[in-house]
Amino acid sequence: MSDFPRTVVDIADAVSQKKIKAREIVDDYLSRIEVRDSEINAFNYVTADEARSHADAIDADIAAGKQVGALAGVPIALKDNLCTRGIPTTCSSRILEGWKPPYDATVVSRLRELGVIALGKTNLDEFAMGSSTENSAFGPTRNPHDTSRVPGGSSGGSAAAVAAGFAPVSLGSDTGGSIRQPAALCGVVGVKPTYGLVSRYGLVAFASSLDQIGPFATTVTDAAVITQAIAGHDPMDSTSIPKDVPDYRGAVTVGVQGMRIGRVTDLPEGAEPEVTQRLNEAFTALEKSGATIVDVQLPSFSYALTAYYLIAPAEASSNLARYDGVRYGMRSSAPDVNAMYGVTRANGFGDEVKRRIIIGTYALSAGYFDAYYGKALKVRRLIAQDFDRAYQQCDVIMMPTSPMVAFPFGDKVDDPMSMYLCDIYTIPTNLAGHAAMSVPFGTGAHGLPVGVQVLAPALGEVPMFKVAGALEQAQGAK
Amino acid sequence: MSESLLPEGWELIVGLEVHVELDTKTKLFSGSPNRFGDEPNTNIDPVTLGLPGALPVLNKHAVELAMRIGLALQCTVQPCTFHRKNYFYPDMPKAYQISQYDQPLNVNGFLMLPGGVRIGIERAHLEEDTGKSTHVGGATGRIHGSDYSLIDFNRAGVPLVEIVSHPDIRTSEQARQYVSELRSILVAIGASDAKMEEGSMRCDANVSVHRVGEPFGTRCEIKNVNSIRSLGRAIEYEARRQYDLIESGGTIRQETRHWDDADGRTHTLRTKEDADDYRYFLEPDLVPLDPGNTWIEEVRAALPLLPAQRREQLAAITGADVESEAISVVVERGQDEYVAAVANVGGDAAKTLVYVQQAFAELDAHPHIPAENIAALTLMERDGKVTATQAKTILAEIVEQGGGDPGAIAHARGFEAMDYSAVEAMVDAAIAAQPGAWEKYCNGEEKAMGALVGAVMKTSQGKADGKIVTALLQQRRG
Repeated sequence: MSDFPRTVVDIADAVSQKKIKAREIVDDYLSRIEVRDSEINAFNYVTADEARSHADAIDADIAAGKQVGALAGVPIALKDNLCTRGIPTTCSSRILEGWKPPYDATVVSRLRELGVIALGKTNLDEFAMGSSTENSAFGPTRNPHDTSRVPGGSSGGSAAAVAAGFAPVSLGSDTGGSIRQPAALCGVVGVKPTYGLVSRYGLVAFASSLDQIGPFATTVTDAAVITQAIAGHDPMDSTSIPKDVPDYRGAVTVGVQGMRIGRVTDLPEGAEPEVTQRLNEAFTALEKSGATIVDVQLPSFSYALTAYYLIAPAEASSNLARYDGVRYGMRSSAPDVNAMYGVTRANGFGDEVKRRIIIGTYALSAGYFDAYYGKALKVRRLIAQDFDRAYQQCDVIMMPTSPMVAFPFGDKVDDPMSMYLCDIYTIPTNLAGHAAMSVPFGTGAHGLPVGVQVLAPALGEVPMFKVAGALEQAQGAK
Repeated sequence: MSESLLPEGWELIVGLEVHVELDTKTKLFSGSPNRFGDEPNTNIDPVTLGLPGALPVLNKHAVELAMRIGLALQCTVQPCTFHRKNYFYPDMPKAYQISQYDQPLNVNGFLMLPGGVRIGIERAHLEEDTGKSTHVGGATGRIHGSDYSLIDFNRAGVPLVEIVSHPDIRTSEQARQYVSELRSILVAIGASDAKMEEGSMRCDANVSVHRVGEPFGTRCEIKNVNSIRSLGRAIEYEARRQYDLIESGGTIRQETRHWDDADGRTHTLRTKEDADDYRYFLEPDLVPLDPGNTWIEEVRAALPLLPAQRREQLAAITGADVESEAISVVVERGQDEYVAAVANVGGDAAKTLVYVQQAFAELDAHPHIPAENIAALTLMERDGKVTATQAKTILAEIVEQGGGDPGAIAHARGFEAMDYSAVEAMVDAAIAAQPGAWEKYCNGEEKAMGALVGAVMKTSQGKADGKIVTALLQQRRG
């Protein structure tokens, strides 16, 4: 079927106009998963039965002439750190194996109300800690473009699921680049919305002041549509912004005429030459479309990585303390409660998680707090100030998403510092609480996808989607 | 005892940390009921249990009650933040307690003891309670050595205010007065039922001793004090223990000690070296709380009269000593308004105070007995229409029936006051019948009057007014 709808927009239209049944859509994607996911390992858990009955219910409603949600029939893959009622939610960790949340994350229930059908839970680096999805307790996810290479991470399963055509769209979470970097490595669109735009209720916390949920999609419009669907105030999340959500989908096709695009002149080096070339081509393309390129400086940028690797582990050490074997998840037996904590956590967590818990605990300890955590918070403020100054001169900033294209398995997993450098361009946005997204823009070494990152200030999603839409259009025109 | 506790030249220094559970409908950060005594683990939800992905949302009513406490204790109410206090314990669901640290809601207040001593309040901050553990088996009832432990999470997340005094308390009696006065204030402002026996008010004492003129000694924190009486005993024991240790050449270690009410001693619970490093950091799941002047002034304006003011008012109405037991007991029960109501309808205020103190112990703060009934009874007694004993009987009946016309009750019980001349005749008859007793009485043996009065009472079947009989005897003695 050559005109089988493959985008969120097309599927929603086709289903609502009765051109195709939601069940046919779901069956098609499930069969794709069945054929190829044994190779890719994007999913931890496929909810085939639930997806089929959800689709049937939508079809029945449509047949009965009932009103259905605006996105009825659109399948989605959910990162396995989003709580789904009655469906295992593992964070790709042994310590949560078998745990079924008694509630849905706010994003999950909002999408369900719109008629979006969950296909299953996708693989990730354990508790979203990593940049390759190699830190999963259930085995790595492979990059659909080259299965000897990583998909990026931590939302590698969600990125790969969209890249492999297992789902038209998926949700991930981004704490330091965990949506944008795998999007770049898998050649799909990935959005990290402004902190507070999307409710975190039901997102299993890694670093609460940095975590944000966002979509992967094959088109900028689909990404805008899903961002729109999940954005907006949630009284269950105290950090959720109580503001109305503007029209993102409409922004995608507005164009960039008169917009000022920032180019950072003091960016840390280290990007592969092809990545830099693609970025330069992106600037040229936008200039041709009527935008102005403005040079800006972000002098504190290079300290962001260090600050991040104190703040995120500090929060993680506290957030992950609840996995103690007392109430849910795994419990290893031991003679007394303190020993039980120790052996449960020793058996339940992988090495990277343990590494970050130890770093974070240390950074918050009496006598070290000021030198580490306290100083990192100061850097965080400096970075926000840098961005504030830059955004007085420009509307959005562009830079690479990832310094490198997808790398082979084993390349970095035993060298934490080189793995941490994967996120050098994505982390500052999280520290500032701003919006950013990755848009596929050509290929780099080995013919692998390259992403260009569009950064915007807090609640700057509209200009961000304008620029992303223009980049996508320039790509198509090439 | 407190005077002889330490020898001349030594001084006791006490600071108190009082935790009170706020009387809210729901918990501090979730919608589960805040209710004592329910079936274990029924008032729970994802937030209470610290399930992955759950987020706290601050209860506005809890903030208001905490503000009432601050304002009643003359504190400054200020913009504040919440921190995480990290430690592992099985009844602590998240392995951290959300509390306030360097920016508490209420600071710099004081409480006046009834005797006029001013005790400074350092702070009164909001925090959440833990669950409740029951350790089964083993000798001590503590977690170590028990066979197993049961946890009830109904209490987890219940709003608490911790009220920290300055070390301004100098005697165990002052400590008891402080807690007693604080309790009265908390009940009066509707912040808490403040029942130590149910654990809705808990008290830890920081105790040290020193020679007057020298710096304060090393303090020990005494926990597990479950009544006001135990508080006094624990402080006295601890002061004496520290003094004896210092006098025998020992030094006090800073430590937490457990009060054992049965053997009347304190025991080491943990030393400073074993103390947890709580790794406080700003709670990223909550935003700073700024109550704002408008709200603060609304709460202040709505505060009821405090017990000290009410005692003064009641003393003024009744003419009783403001520090008398009757005044403090009646205000403590909240029945002072009732006394005023009786006085308002023409009752004798002094007699009403006595009636209420003696007969209203089982009644609530606003007894449903018509004030007119009590007013009428006070006048009947004052005017000699009934004796004090008869009035007491009538009062008991009114209280039992929830009201009643005292005149009718007196009539029904045959309590008509005796004719004066009839009493005179009985007095003369008694003198004639007991010449020996009369002679002794006339010779100044006041005790001998008892036999004569008793004889009149017997003849009159208790209807003669004792005061009149006494007056007649004195008159006849000349």
